[in-house]
This record gives sequence, C-alpha cells and structure tokens, in this order.
Amino acid sequence: MSSLLRGIAASNGIAIAKAYRLVEPDFSFEKKAIQSPENEVARFQAALATAKSELEQIRDRAGSELGADKAAIFDAHLLVLSDPELISPIEDKIKTENVNAEHALKETADMFISMFESMDNEYMKERAADIRDVTKRVLAHLLGLQIPNPSMVTEEVIIVAEDLTPSDTAQLNRNFVLGFTTDIGGRTSHSAIMARSMEIPAVVGTKTVTESISNGDIVVVDGLKGEVHINPTPEVLEEYRKVQADYASQKAEWAKLVNEKTVTADGHHVELAANIGTPKDLKGVVENGGEAVGLYRTEFLYMDRDQLPTEEEQYTAYKAVLEGMKGKPVVVRTLDIGGDKELPYLNLPKEMNPFLGYRAIRLCLEQEDIFRPQLRALLRASVHGNLKIMFPMIATLDEFRKAKAILEDERNNLANEGIQVAEGIELGIMVEIPSTAIIADQFAKEVDFFSIGTNDLIQYTMAADRMNQQVSYLYQPYSPSILRLVKMVIDAAHKEGKWAGMCGEMAGDETAIPLLLGLGLDEFSMSATSILKARSLIRNLSKSEMEELAAKVLEMGTTEEVVEAVNATISL
Amino acid sequence: MAEKNFKVVAETGIHARPATLLVQAASKFDSEVQLEYKEKKVNLKSIMGVMSLGIGQGADIKIIAEGSDEADALNTIEETLKREGLAE
Repeated sequence: MSSLLRGIAASNGIAIAKAYRLVEPDFSFEKKAIQSPENEVARFQAALATAKSELEQIRDRAGSELGADKAAIFDAHLLVLSDPELISPIEDKIKTENVNAEHALKETADMFISMFESMDNEYMKERAADIRDVTKRVLAHLLGLQIPNPSMVTEEVIIVAEDLTPSDTAQLNRNFVLGFTTDIGGRTSHSAIMARSMEIPAVVGTKTVTESISNGDIVVVDGLKGEVHINPTPEVLEEYRKVQADYASQKAEWAKLVNEKTVTADGHHVELAANIGTPKDLKGVVENGGEAVGLYRTEFLYMDRDQLPTEEEQYTAYKAVLEGMKGKPVVVRTLDIGGDKELPYLNLPKEMNPFLGYRAIRLCLEQEDIFRPQLRALLRASVHGNLKIMFPMIATLDEFRKAKAILEDERNNLANEGIQVAEGIELGIMVEIPSTAIIADQFAKEVDFFSIGTNDLIQYTMAADRMNQQVSYLYQPYSPSILRLVKMVIDAAHKEGKWAGMCGEMAGDETAIPLLLGLGLDEFSMSATSILKARSLIRNLSKSEMEELAAKVLEMGTTEEVVEAVNATISL
Repeated sequence: MAEKNFKVVAETGIHARPATLLVQAASKFDSEVQLEYKEKKVNLKSIMGVMSLGIGQGADIKIIAEGSDEADALNTIEETLKREGLAE
C-alpha cells in the first residue's frame, strides 16, 4: 500500500530505491525442552560457524576499506566466538539441562555481560557491548534472523533507521546508498550532516519511518520537501522521476558556476567554503567549486576506534587535505569532542549537561597529551598548503591565550627537532559562546579570524538543547538576538582588519545569506552541496541593498518579522 | 609444567589488541595455558578471561603451560609479549 510520511528535509535531492532496514530484528524466543541434545549442539555449532564466517567477511572488508585498525576490532569479536570459556558452558548447558541452544546461549552470554558491566571501568563496560554484539549474531542465526549489515549491501538502497550513528555511517557503502531516512534527528544531527557530506538526499525526524517500511519496499526520499513516499503508485513515481530530472538540470545550471567567482551584483566578493569531516570529502569540495575549506572537523579521526590517533596518522590526514586543496585556505578546527560526540576510550565521566560541560578546548587544555600531538601534526602538515588553525568553544581570552601558548611551545619543539613549519599560520577561534561574541572586540586584537559556529551559538543564546525536540522551536537562526551577536562579531573583526566567517548551518541557508551578506560576513562555510546554489543566489544580490535590509531587521523584535522582511526584499 | 613470570610494561596494559594477540598465540597449542594475576588464574585461550583481569601497566603476571607442547607454547607467548612491547 502506498503511504506518505513527513519529516525534516536534511539533505537535498530525490532518491528512489528499495528500502534497506538498519533496524534490530526481534530477538525474542522461548525456553524449550529439547529431544536430542546432540542435534541441538550441532545446531548451535552450525550457527556459530555461520556467525564466524560472516564476521570474517566483515573483518576483511573493514580491513580493505577502513584500515587494519578497524579490522582488529573484528578479530577480537571472532576470538569471543572461539572462547572456550563461553562455548563449553553453553554446550554443557544444552546437554545437562536439555534446553534449546537459544536459551543456553543467552543465559551464558548474559552472565559474562553482567560481569563486564559491573566492572568500574568504562573500557570493560564497552567489552560487555562487544560480547552482546557477537552473541546476538549467533542468536540471530539460531532464530533464522538476518542482522542488518550495511557494509555488505550490493545493490542500490535507501537506508531506513531509527537514527544513524557515526559508526553506522562509516560502514555505509557509498556506491550503493542512494539516500536515507530516520525516525529521529534534526537538520544539525550527525546523520543529517553526514548525508550532506555524502551528497545524498535524506529526510530525518519522521518519527515512524522504521514502523512503516519493510525491507524491499520501494521508497522515495524527497530531501527537497522533507517527505518520504512508501510504495508510491506508478503515477506518483513518474512525477518524482520528473522532479528528480528537474533537480538534476537545476544542478547542471548551478554547475556552470563551478569556476566562477562569488561576486555580488554590485561587485563585492565573498568566499564560499566547505565544511568537511575527512579527506574523502575533498572530492565534493572541488566538484562544487569550494574556494576554501572553512571547517575541517577533526573529530572523525578520533571516532570509531579504541585509542587516540597517533601524531603520524593525523599528519597524514591533514597533509592530504592541505595538498588536495592546492594552496587554497584550509581552516582546521582542533578536537571538538564532548557534548553529543563521545569517545568511549577516554573514559570521561557522564555529565548532567554535556553541552555545558567538559568538552572541546576545555578538555584539550586539561589533557595536553591529547592536544599536543594534534598541534604537532598540524604544524608539521602546514608546509603542504595554506593552513589556518582554529580553537573550538572558546569562552574566555585566557583560554585562547593558553591554547596559543601550547601551540607556540610545540612550534619551538619542532624547530629544535629541525622540523620545518610554515610561517604566519593564521590562528582563529570559533565564536559559539555568547560570552565570546559579546567581547569580540577584545578577542579581535589577538586572533587572526573568527568563525561563527551558529548551531552552538543559537543553542547557548537561546538556552535550548539542540538535541531536545521539545524545544526545537527555539532554534531560530533569524532571531534578531542572534543577528545582533553576529553583527558584533563581524564589526569587531573588521575594526581590527581581521576577517569573519561562519561555519554553522546558517551560512548555507537561503534566507540567512542575504542578511549575512548585508552584515558584512567575509566567508561562508557550508556543506559542499550548498555552495553552487549559494553562489547563484549571491550573484543576484546587491551588497548595498542587503546592508539596508540588515540594518532594518536588526531593529525588529521577532524571527517572523525578519523572515517576512527578507522574503519581501528578495522576491523584488 | 612450564611457567615463567613477567612484568607488564605496556602503557595501556593488556587490553584489546594485545589481549587478542596473546589469545591467538596460546590457541595454537594443545597444552593448557593459563595466565595468573593477583592470585587469579584464567585460561589464556579465553579472550574474555584475559580481559576480565584488567591487567594494567606494572602488573606482575605468570604464564603457566601444561601439556605435550608446553615448552613451545611458553616460548611463543614470551616472544609475543616481548615483540609487542607488552611485558618483560
């Protein structure tokens, strides 16, 4: 039956393909007495063997695609399935208690899981998750269930999931995943950001998509309107193919602007840059005519592994990005972990308010053993391109000065070791905390640039957790309060002859761009896929007219008035 | 029976990857191989057993092998410990 769901348009475009559910199957079963323990043990061994060969395949795949590091995790998983202390008790239980293999497996595994969970060490607790993971795979085979494994997909699909974690997205095979749709999330959640960087359509926050879609259903993900059509009629499907074609030709039109400058109708140039997460994303930056990388999120180097990346690994990644951009600016943000981005291996205590807690620069200043290798890797890579370094979550001048001192210290260390470092690397900060925006004039005397991080700036200014859907109405980028803070930052930078950029979601937003242009923003950093559209828009705008518009909206009281004013001006 | 004492020198102790390597090494032999730490003995062929000990840097451990190829087993494990910079 055909049906329609509404969600949040997280990444542009239309995708049409079969559904692939990335959802846990139902593992429930009953404890049963069995007739032949020998047969039951054999059944258990067969499930075990299948699970092992599956894991071996995943390991080999991970090894060739993600590196030996990721593959090692699966080696450990495989050993769990060969562990005599796990396997023998299960077989004994089947034989002595005449129970089904499912029950014997679950009881034994649960004993180990609770043993590891009860240890007062985060690392050990993680191991409980490993055991749960691998024994589930065996249980699935006993029950005849299929565990979804997106890395093994071999045909074009739409991924359907409750939510996508960084490790889920890392496993996705980019050649076959045409789009995705999730139950939860918003425009700034990880899954949405990933979709834009993979340049595939996505609709998130549908609430019920996993309930509504079965494997193999034909699904249309409309990332333009934020709709998901399930098993559409041939007529609707035909319409969608038309929209898809129109969007493609619109994109082709924009594509003509790839090598054009971003200049307003009255001759003012601004820089359109891209946000990236890994060196892999560079392809999209080049294809979409990015003039710079305005935000390189280095967190991904640290995620989905069980220890910190080495200085060498980091150096290799930074060098690849700098070389890939061929001398164009690359703004690298130092580690921004904490908040919604956790690193299990750091064993950080759980916090009541992680977004207000121990994260980003706060953590780096405290744990120099994490911070210094990153700075060294960056400094070493600086000779390969046009590097600019920026610190996240700066709340006080003192934090900036401390971070800068550590950087200078490492620069001296490298000089003493005879290692070359580029001269005049620009050093800036993210402006995402109101305290920093308010004294931007003071910061501007010491930093080389600002980059306004709007997702956090809005959350902290509005005091509204951006992961909490109940207060999502407070995510108001066009609020006069936000616009005034943005203006303060830009004006402060210009007064000291520095530049101001923006790397939040807002920088690529069609309603915000005219305002930001009017406020004097120098650099707009966005998802690579938004660049050409933004360029096309800016080329039709006049800076002086936008300045008038900006002056007008700064005197307004509500978001609605601002949006109305923008729409009235732009449609003229 | 063959046995030998070691001191763990690896900064991260015997976790994850090192544990994997040790279990893989021990599993190649027919002999029973045990790891003793703080008066607790676990089967060195059991990844969960080894990890449950939570062996950190500076720990004193003992490897005990018993069976037809006990000397070989002990040698191989000693090699693994040293090659990987885990223990001395």
